[in-house]
Amino acid sequence: MRALCWHGKNDIRYEQVPDPVIEHPRDAIVRVTSCAICGSDLHLYDGFMPGMKSGDIMGHEFMGEIVDVGPGINGKVKVGDRVVVPFTIICGECEQCRRGNFSVCERTNRNKHIADKVFGHSTAGLYGYTHLTGGYPGGQAEYVRVPYADVGPVKVPNGLSDEQVLFLGDIFPTGWQAVVQCDIEPTDTVAIWGAGPVGQFCVRSAILLGAQQVICIDRLPERLAMAEAGGAIPINFEKESVVERLNDLTNGKGPQKCIDAVGLEAHATATIDSMYDRAKQAMMLETDRPHVLREMIYVCRPAGTISVPGVYGGLLDKVPFGMVMNKGLTIRTGQTHVNRWTEDLLGLIEEGQIDPSFVITHRVPLERGPEMYQTFRDKHDGCIKVVLQP
Amino acid sequence: MQNAYGNHSGSSRAHGVARGLGWFSIALGVAEVAAPRALTRALGMDGQESLVRAYGLREIATGSAILRSENPAPWVWGRVAGDALDLATLGAGYRNQNPQQQRNLGLALAAVAGVTAADVWCARALSNGAGQQARLPMRDYRDRSGFPRPPAEMRGAARHLSIPRDMRAPEALQPYRAG
Repeated sequence: MRALCWHGKNDIRYEQVPDPVIEHPRDAIVRVTSCAICGSDLHLYDGFMPGMKSGDIMGHEFMGEIVDVGPGINGKVKVGDRVVVPFTIICGECEQCRRGNFSVCERTNRNKHIADKVFGHSTAGLYGYTHLTGGYPGGQAEYVRVPYADVGPVKVPNGLSDEQVLFLGDIFPTGWQAVVQCDIEPTDTVAIWGAGPVGQFCVRSAILLGAQQVICIDRLPERLAMAEAGGAIPINFEKESVVERLNDLTNGKGPQKCIDAVGLEAHATATIDSMYDRAKQAMMLETDRPHVLREMIYVCRPAGTISVPGVYGGLLDKVPFGMVMNKGLTIRTGQTHVNRWTEDLLGLIEEGQIDPSFVITHRVPLERGPEMYQTFRDKHDGCIKVVLQP
Repeated sequence: MQNAYGNHSGSSRAHGVARGLGWFSIALGVAEVAAPRALTRALGMDGQESLVRAYGLREIATGSAILRSENPAPWVWGRVAGDALDLATLGAGYRNQNPQQQRNLGLALAAVAGVTAADVWCARALSNGAGQQARLPMRDYRDRSGFPRPPAEMRGAARHLSIPRDMRAPEALQPYRAG
């Protein structure tokens, strides 16, 4: 089969790889009908995440049709079913899965011994996202082996198009969880840093969950226009002071809820502290650029909540934890417990309350994946979300 | 789907080179500000430390501007002007040096000439690329709400969905309600 493979920094290739096979009784093979490039894939493309090996198949946002199942599936899914596959691989049986903490499943990371050393304790296996999370081949391919297929994949009705349901596997639940864990009150102002795909779903989720005022911060006019279309007040951080504007919009008190939908690659040249981070990153004295975290901690209202769906990878410098403590902030983080939210979100899509395909800006064949990684990373051509078709 | 990707590749490369030149500018500037004496001694320009420091500040300012600017072209042209100043300064100091210092000055002149060539290429590519990009139509996503009705009417449409207990704010941080 053909797939998009990682071969180093800025080097993704469309190439021939062996077909996946059933390796375990609870496996299934999915023929991919649609997949997407995620913002977090760019951290791999840019070489910021350790643990990739040359030839690894990329991608953790995908859906398709079941074409083969192992003998241990017990009819939970069957050949011909149309499924969206959550990016976190879950066993459904360990203590964390039973609690609904699927992204920290205790059993699906087959390189648990490495993750235990790096993170203290292992998290769940992920598709196409380094050998720290199991080294599972990803979904930017014609076929994928799906482990624990009796509990992970979400069956979707034929009446909905791929583009309407594809994002149930990651970015829609990711934006949703980021807002849900803010525990929105009807009087809340929610400020969202980053108007990329996850930021866009944070905006819609905050509106749907009833926040009084939703604000989105970015620098790209087309992204801010899309956020505004979803109900957000846009702030262009290259044209105005984020802190001053947020305080203006909240009578000087700051937003109660702040969401970081940017993560470890905050724009490197917008502020002095970002440039400092970029220089330290280049000298390997710091792994991530936490400008957004610093700004959120500074501007958040005391006793407010900071929610972090943006991916961070390692060690962060000059994070003002004294402010966190003295302001009594609550910090909520984590990879998304996708399966916790899919039923509710699929329901919203079926009811017509939201059509997640609004975020798609580019649709191309899988073979054009390598050039689309660059287009997406460089934010050219108004690129916000790329869907690839094998 | 419009295919404008080809137009972007050259401009993208120029932006990458510009970022590199920006960081180079800052690194050189820091060195000139922090250790001017080492430079003047090697080049036989004793007594010119203040001048070297000033040039260092210029390098830092230009490099920062290149990195911070959405359109770095004018700042890279600024680097070209700075290169001309550097070449003139080095050239003026070429006479009356001992052989070692003349060799050092020759190396410095060659290095600055090389960087000047890179600056000129980058500035021209950015200027041309900026023109090409300006002709590309801006993508308009103002109608991409994803909602069936205006956002104001969608506010709270999913409030009926239950929020799991572990996702709620701690009780102590819930808004205080007397009674």
